[in-house]
Amino acid sequence: MAEMHRLRIRVNGEDHELYVKPKTLLVEVIRDHLGLTGTKRGCNSGACGACTVILNGMAVKSCSVLALQADGGEVLTVEGLAKGAELHPLQRSFLDHGAYQCGFCTPGMLMSAKALLDENPKPTKEEIKEGIHGNLCRCTGYNSIIRAIAAVAEGKYEEAER
Amino acid sequence: MIRDFHYLRPQNLEEALGMLKEHAGEAKVIGGGQSLLILMRQGLVAPEYLVDIKHLDELNYIRFDQDGLKIGATTTHRALEKSRELAERYPIIPEMERTLASIQTRNWGTIGGNLSHADPAGDPAPVLIALGATVKLAKADGFREMPLEEFFLDYFETALEEDELLVEIAVPPISPRTGVAFEKFTIIGCDMGIVSATARLTLDEAGKCKEARVVLGGAAPVPLRARGAEEILGGEELKEEVFEEAAQKASEECEPISDIHASEGYRRELVRVLTRRMLKRAWERAAQG
Repeated sequence: MAEMHRLRIRVNGEDHELYVKPKTLLVEVIRDHLGLTGTKRGCNSGACGACTVILNGMAVKSCSVLALQADGGEVLTVEGLAKGAELHPLQRSFLDHGAYQCGFCTPGMLMSAKALLDENPKPTKEEIKEGIHGNLCRCTGYNSIIRAIAAVAEGKYEEAER
Repeated sequence: MIRDFHYLRPQNLEEALGMLKEHAGEAKVIGGGQSLLILMRQGLVAPEYLVDIKHLDELNYIRFDQDGLKIGATTTHRALEKSRELAERYPIIPEMERTLASIQTRNWGTIGGNLSHADPAGDPAPVLIALGATVKLAKADGFREMPLEEFFLDYFETALEEDELLVEIAVPPISPRTGVAFEKFTIIGCDMGIVSATARLTLDEAGKCKEARVVLGGAAPVPLRARGAEEILGGEELKEEVFEEAAQKASEECEPISDIHASEGYRRELVRVLTRRMLKRAWERAAQG
């Protein structure tokens, strides 16, 4: 029987201390322990990107990160994007551009898009495609997603950012 | 379902090696876990102890000296992709990294983990072998070094002993008039490559081929040097016909399998086409540099 280990983690600005088995994955901490079910568990094998969160400033697939490796780290999930009732510019743009269909890939798409724009605020269309390369959408909604990210990069949602 | 294991978090390399010695045969090392966790979830690997080295910053470095390049085992793919100095001095490494899996995987996955996983379809190994890389393996009582191509023994099997850890990859300086090219064939962009080909050509002052290396991924149980193809190229006046002949030889001497992704014949044809294209690209690059 495996011992429990203490995990200290900051998620969406809130500090948590919990005890987990070593085999616990980051996505399990986020969804099952903390109840933040915005992050989706899709393929569960690092292929689909639906579980993408930002860990210490980098997009990672939370189904493929051991929770204990995130000890002392800072996680941003889709729930952390909006400020109160005010949606994040990316979320508003996704709505305006019809970038949701079934919505399953959306949390991961948003987090990959956020990580991209944090690193490169003015990406080209090719760079946007590269930025969401690790996120699958099975409704074939890529074009609207790319347009939505481009609109934010072009500054069309700057009002909302202030 | 991942089976329970004991989690060990060493504070430094020395402690990590001590843990591996103490639990030899029962322990696996985890870097970023981008490959290992998939195998553990499938139940293919179920270690009693997991030694986590991901956080060991003493193995996280990209350094240059007169002997060339040194990469620490816990360096991430993303760090290799983004290194400006690498882009200047070993541009093929960031070029290869840009198409390795996805950004998320490159952000967390380590080069040491990738090589130790020893998937013959992995991207870095053929490129590093083409560059003449060596690896440094550490144990509690000392180090040893070997050419990277000798590190791979079979599918997912390496020369690492049970208590041994890959700690560093060393790449010699690239000779003048050298060109290197790498490409893989995938069905979807972020899939594993079905077959990859890497070519390195070094020209002499007259523009003839001084040295050639052709390394294939996904075409044998290990990353494979196509030595027959290399022999055809060595000393030759390079032209399309020579590339075609070498590519044909490579497709004959490799040992691909048939699986759900591609048949043996399809893989051989990919080897032929990609090898020819990479030789030509490497030649053009060598002529420029």
